[in-house]
Amino acid sequence: MFAAVMLVVVALGSVLFHFLSPWWWPPIASNWKYIDDTILITFWITGVVFVAVLLFMAYCVFRFRHRPGNVASYEPENRRLEWWLTVVTGVGVAAMLTPGLFVWDRFINVPAEATEAEIVGQQWQWSFRLPGPDGKLGTSSTKFITTENPIGLNPDDPNGKDDVVVQGAELHLPVGKPIKALLRSVDVLHNFYVPEFRAKMDLVPGMVTYFWLTPTRTGQFEILCAELCGVGHPMMRGQVVVEEAVAYQDWLDKQTRPVLADNDTAPANNKNEETR
Amino acid sequence: MTEIPLGPGGMSADVEDVELYHPHSWITKYVFAQDAKVIAIQYSLVALGVGLIALVLSWLMRLQLGFPGVFEFIDADRYYQLITMHGMMMVVYVLTALFLGGFGNYLIPLMVGARDMVFPYVNMLSFWVYFLAVLILVASFFAPGGPTGAGWTLYPPQAILAGTPGQEWGIVLMLVSLIVFIIGFTMGGLNYVVTVLQGRARGMTLMRMPLTVWGIFTASVMALLAFPALFVGAVMMLFDKLLGTSFFMPTLYSMGEQLKYGGGSPLLFQHLFWFFGHPEVYIVALPAFGIVSDLISVHARRNIFGYRMMVWAIIAIGALSFVVWAHHMYVSGMNPYFGFFFATTTLIIAIPTAIKVYNWVLTLWRGDIHLRTPMLFALAFIVTFVNGGLTGLFLGNVVVDVPLSDTMFVVAHFHMVMGVAPILVIFGAIYHWYPKVTGRLLDETLGKIHFWITFLGAYAIFFPMHYLGLMGVPRRYHEMLESTTYPASAHQLNIFITIAALIVGAAQFMFVFNLAWSLFRGREADGNPWGAASLEWQTPETPPPHGNWGPHVPVVYRWAYDYNVPGAARDFIPQNEPPPAVVAMQGHSP
Ligand code: HEM
Ligand SMILES: [Cu+2]
Repeated sequence: MFAAVMLVVVALGSVLFHFLSPWWWPPIASNWKYIDDTILITFWITGVVFVAVLLFMAYCVFRFRHRPGNVASYEPENRRLEWWLTVVTGVGVAAMLTPGLFVWDRFINVPAEATEAEIVGQQWQWSFRLPGPDGKLGTSSTKFITTENPIGLNPDDPNGKDDVVVQGAELHLPVGKPIKALLRSVDVLHNFYVPEFRAKMDLVPGMVTYFWLTPTRTGQFEILCAELCGVGHPMMRGQVVVEEAVAYQDWLDKQTRPVLADNDTAPANNKNEETR
Repeated sequence: MTEIPLGPGGMSADVEDVELYHPHSWITKYVFAQDAKVIAIQYSLVALGVGLIALVLSWLMRLQLGFPGVFEFIDADRYYQLITMHGMMMVVYVLTALFLGGFGNYLIPLMVGARDMVFPYVNMLSFWVYFLAVLILVASFFAPGGPTGAGWTLYPPQAILAGTPGQEWGIVLMLVSLIVFIIGFTMGGLNYVVTVLQGRARGMTLMRMPLTVWGIFTASVMALLAFPALFVGAVMMLFDKLLGTSFFMPTLYSMGEQLKYGGGSPLLFQHLFWFFGHPEVYIVALPAFGIVSDLISVHARRNIFGYRMMVWAIIAIGALSFVVWAHHMYVSGMNPYFGFFFATTTLIIAIPTAIKVYNWVLTLWRGDIHLRTPMLFALAFIVTFVNGGLTGLFLGNVVVDVPLSDTMFVVAHFHMVMGVAPILVIFGAIYHWYPKVTGRLLDETLGKIHFWITFLGAYAIFFPMHYLGLMGVPRRYHEMLESTTYPASAHQLNIFITIAALIVGAAQFMFVFNLAWSLFRGREADGNPWGAASLEWQTPETPPPHGNWGPHVPVVYRWAYDYNVPGAARDFIPQNEPPPAVVAMQGHSP
């Protein structure tokens, strides 16, 4: 009896906790509401199954508990029931997987109009690079890194000459514009994670990874590192500021100006020149 | 060394007791023992000991998470060393060793009607090599710089670079210990597989074996195929660390200088690790599945429902689990098109898994349920396993995994499904088979208290933890720190979880006490206290002596699940009880 009650308590307690507790995901700030929707579908399907299994167990434990005269039935199999359950399970699984794969398809296919932004991780800070007026990021590699060229821009790549490098400060993004984030690490694995954006991806030394998103509301959001990267891992934070196009342009201009100025005085790019 | 001469058709049934190597001294009986049952106990005690260490480590971790900064000696370095050692110990040195080395050794020969494992000498070596691996692992606590803090996944480049604790000695000892463990396991694993295939008693067809044997057998086959991937990964990483090769190391700029590495791939290690790591989850789960099926059937006095489907489900899960590994790598930067494939295979595995759950609960249906301690643990296993299995559908469904990956949601999920659930089965199994091993029952009152605290407590630890992950709290943070992302009340939740963890941990010492106390004071049990049908309960003596069966190995006439057969005299029929026709025939023979 007690056991049956406890099974019911666990089932219903979990449901109540789910609906009543204050702990839930932060309000979304990107186009990935599809992900939230898929999670919600999954919550519903799995929640129903969980409660059903537990209540069924509770019923059995109560109804078929050992009492004098209670004899168990002998029924090795029931093919029809087993196949029926298998098919129902298959349908439930498909109901979760299908939307999931459709959303994944969107997640990995970047819209053509997305602008690129590079995010570079190193123990334990974030750096960013945005394309200059040419709209293109220059190539880069860990092998070019020196103290003067901290994220390893290719000194010979003309596309990189006008790039904006932001180190140890905020990344600004314009609201409503798709961004393709190109991720790079110079030392160990990291992971760029802004809970409000839902998206995340590892930064892997030796390769460039990516994901894309469209910020959908303005505000300031915290960047967390979500892949163990050594003792500084929880401290590896940054900020993303999503703002209206005008404010963004203002910020970008402020970032850009000193670099351009340098370019005017010295024909080759300031920093990279020294790494040759 | 002894061997049981074998042939097709279960020749082992004719093996005479005298052909076994019998120990002549205390040392060969209890230390360098060749009796699988003694080896089983050696394995189990060492694994339980490691488990207690890992449990205490988890207390320290929880203390830090619940009360960050209060315990000054748990700084970031220490925290990472704790999670790494806790995770690796629990998964490999506790669960794998206990299920295969412990339960496998004890139960396989007894359940299939053999006198011993087929290679007793190799079996002995297996334990001692395992013990050596444990010593090496524990030695890293005392090495300069302490144990590695790379996380139990040991991902390079981080694992062998500055910025990670234990990157000098700790990681080397960890890798060496794993290599030694795998060598030891391989010796044991070959034994388990060959004994099941070759050592069965006459009449014990594969489709008459108890599901416990099916689970352990399939898990052993999987482990033999999966561990080599880890072996290779560990050897290559050792080379990268000690010889300066670059298997996993690309060009790196670390702590202000260019390193001499170049050309390697960190992702390669992840593929090798998870090619082992995912099957590993099922290496732990399948024996638990098997054991729990038997516990439920015995204590519900009912045949396991859908036996054939259960066997095929075990095999299907075992096979499928080799093609799902990259679901641990959805956000690793691997080719994103892999996501389609691995999400599909992963969700397909849910189907045979669900079948198992249905058949467990359908076994309860119209049963005659005795809620003894082993049964309670079995029921609690279903609850936590279903919970953890269902959250697996979140993490397996590639795009849903994106926000949740590497958060506390994952920690909650895998603790439910491969931490708590298998541990509950281990407890249930110990309460169940203890009388066979010792001749005495474990104390039932202590057992029930232990059960309720452990089950409800563990659920209280890990169920709310999912919601920390939904809020976006990453895993492997030694403190959440101030954040604009999550509310301050998240800290209260952490305190609650820590208190629950301390209580659950303390309850385990009650269990240890019960184990020791009942050995001398427990109620004496006869050879078959639960009225179970499988062979291990039919031994002429309890505890069974070396050789198990006395002069004659049993002959098997039926499956292991004849409970409450209509018309039968008792509510169970042992596997070696001949059907009436055979009895009549034997009556005529001299
Ligand atoms: C009451 C028992 C347990 C408690 C309180 C506990 C607690 C914890 C905590 C706090 C973490 C670190 C989470 C983080 O910061 O990322 C952790 C990690 C882990 N635990 Fe447990 N644990 C328990 C039992 C188990 C068991 C039985 C297993 C067996 C599978 C297990 C396997 C792991 C693994 C694999 C990790 C991951 C380590 C890593 O991130 O590298 N734990 N546990
Ligand atoms: Cu990081």
